[in-house]
Amino acid sequence: MLNALLVMSGIAVLLGAVLGYAAIKFRVEGNPLVDKIDAILPQTQCGQCGYPGCKPYATALAADEADINRCPPGGEEGIRKLAELLNKEFIPFGGDTNAPKPKSVALIDENTCIGCTLCIQACPVDAIVGAAKQMHTVVTGECTGCELCVAPCPVDCISMIVIQEKITNWKWKYPIYALTPAQ
Amino acid sequence: MTTLFKFHGGVHPPTHKAESTRTPIAQMPLPKKLVIPFHQHVGNIAKPQVRAGDHVLKGQIIGLPEDGISSAVHASTSGTITEIGMQVVAHASGLPDLCATLVPDGKDEWIAHSGIDFRVATHADVRQMLRLAGVVGLGGAVFPSDLKLRPGTHKIDTLILNGAECEPYITCDDMLMRERADEIIRGAEIMRWVLGADTILVGIEDNKPEAIAAMQVAAQTSSDNIQVIAVPTLYPGGGAKQLIRVLTGIEVAAGVRSTEKGVQCFNVATAQSIYRAVQFGEPLVSRIVTVTGNVSDAQNLEVLIGTPVSDVVAYAGVLPDTDSYIMGGPMMGLPLPAASVSIVKAANCIIASSPKLFPPAPPAMPCIRCTRCAEVCPAELQPQDLYWFAKAREFGKAQEFSLFDCIECGACSYVCPSHIPLVQYYRFAKSEIWARESEKNASDAARERFEFREHRIEREKREKAEKLAAKEQAALAAKQEAAKISAAPTETPASAPIDEKQAKIQAAIEHAKQQAAAIKPKNTEQLTPQQMAEIADIEARRARIHELAKSEAEPPRE
Repeated sequence: MLNALLVMSGIAVLLGAVLGYAAIKFRVEGNPLVDKIDAILPQTQCGQCGYPGCKPYATALAADEADINRCPPGGEEGIRKLAELLNKEFIPFGGDTNAPKPKSVALIDENTCIGCTLCIQACPVDAIVGAAKQMHTVVTGECTGCELCVAPCPVDCISMIVIQEKITNWKWKYPIYALTPAQ
Repeated sequence: MTTLFKFHGGVHPPTHKAESTRTPIAQMPLPKKLVIPFHQHVGNIAKPQVRAGDHVLKGQIIGLPEDGISSAVHASTSGTITEIGMQVVAHASGLPDLCATLVPDGKDEWIAHSGIDFRVATHADVRQMLRLAGVVGLGGAVFPSDLKLRPGTHKIDTLILNGAECEPYITCDDMLMRERADEIIRGAEIMRWVLGADTILVGIEDNKPEAIAAMQVAAQTSSDNIQVIAVPTLYPGGGAKQLIRVLTGIEVAAGVRSTEKGVQCFNVATAQSIYRAVQFGEPLVSRIVTVTGNVSDAQNLEVLIGTPVSDVVAYAGVLPDTDSYIMGGPMMGLPLPAASVSIVKAANCIIASSPKLFPPAPPAMPCIRCTRCAEVCPAELQPQDLYWFAKAREFGKAQEFSLFDCIECGACSYVCPSHIPLVQYYRFAKSEIWARESEKNASDAARERFEFREHRIEREKREKAEKLAAKEQAALAAKQEAAKISAAPTETPASAPIDEKQAKIQAAIEHAKQQAAAIKPKNTEQLTPQQMAEIADIEARRARIHELAKSEAEPPRE
């Protein structure tokens, strides 16, 4: 009787110590789910989801406070990935969420630009260079196409240019064969 | 006789090589117009150096290599550049790319050029010369040759010259070896010198006895250790990894470069152009092109880079039922988007195709998992699984099954009893994976920039606040100091409550007084007694006026 008690409590203490040690040793800082969701999101930082950036949306998704169909730049594939990760049903775009658009980049009409710096302040990824009363320009390679610079421009000199298919970004297509009627 | 090794799989498609090897290499006459793309090599597009209207000489650089992996582009003949713009090029996409249009003046006048003695030049000089001569791999991969000649971390023991030419129809290397074996061997000597290799192995498939004989004769003239080896005819025995395996028994694993195993492999035509570039300073402005298929005179032509394909096939007598053209062989070649595209450095063969010659593939049937594709795959992959994953867009799984080891040789599609276009699925999967990779990189970069911006804004805010706080702190300290100073002489009773504003005013007055006291009139040190008397007089008058003003101003105030 006493032996059994001692053995059982000994095991309990040992396991408790192991668990306690593991909890300290393998402690995870932050919420790993947020990072996983954030990795799926396209990082346009456009705020179309209603959150001020991709990370806040990821946090809201992790806390189950937002729908998975609120990210137009991620496209349907993004929704599918989120559905898989969060173990939810796929829901199409709809409601107050914008429909996905083809990928584009901002272009400043440099003749019209007055150098007010408002777009520079709006750009979430510092992809616009310029200074007060100097012409601004978009660093195309860094532009995520979030459109946040379009609205603040007082002279409407920013337009979104859809990225065209070029030899450098061309992709092999999925093999599709036209059906020919039997003769 | 050296021992040869075997690679896995392989197929024996009908070779169709006899048609184009009946006549010697002919020189293609000057075309009316040349369209020279600036991107004919792996890596960055060459930077244009000419403008429309410029007159150029044969061999003049029209595009300079830009950063790292790149190569130069030259005018193929003398004439006038009429346009620099986007034109359809020999690319599977059929999309336009930047090209220079050159109208020849008919003189074919060379720019001044001279070679170097590679044995006295530094290796870096030879490489730079090749880079500026636009020499790239002519087997079809068009990788800049100077980069393949760079010293690596491993010693190169063996230099392999690839003369296997395993693809059906193509005979340009065969004819080159028959006719210009000496130049190939001289080029091999240069490469061996730069690489510091011990031996040179030339691998030629045994269906080219004339080429083997010519190369053996040429090899005897060399002081280098050169062995010309006949390898069994088996497609794709001309793949670099496959040829290395056959000749040396070395298996180059996935993600490993052959140089890490002490082997470097070059095409024979590349060796010849390296010789021309180093010995004579001649850049790569022409190449041997096999013109075959649905033509009356299938043959090999020496064609200037930029010659329209339509001119080349017309010279070879294209037959009227031709409906499309293939650049390369029937196994790996790409269908050309138009006959107007030009011959590029990668264009080893042009096959005129007709429905009779290459009947359209029967409709694809479901995969029956017969694994005949796996039996013939030279990369020892499981093509049926890769097909499955590519079709289901399970790209991660496809990568796990070593999709990127696929050399797209087409052996699997060739044997597939269900006629599934397997290679197209693999190409689709590969380019999707690449696109995703670059998208992922872009989004990671965007995240980093966004987070850095947040951090910067936060920091700026904090710094501003700190600055403000420091300023206030300083002001407060100054005030207290002032209060102390003012408190001392006036002996303000401690009990009397001094309100802050008053203290401030007091401090300001004190400060002003101190300042006034500190100010001393200048230029008053060395004065004559007369001047001093005058000043005293003025000061007395001032004091009197001051008094007067005071007595006048004060009564109404009280």
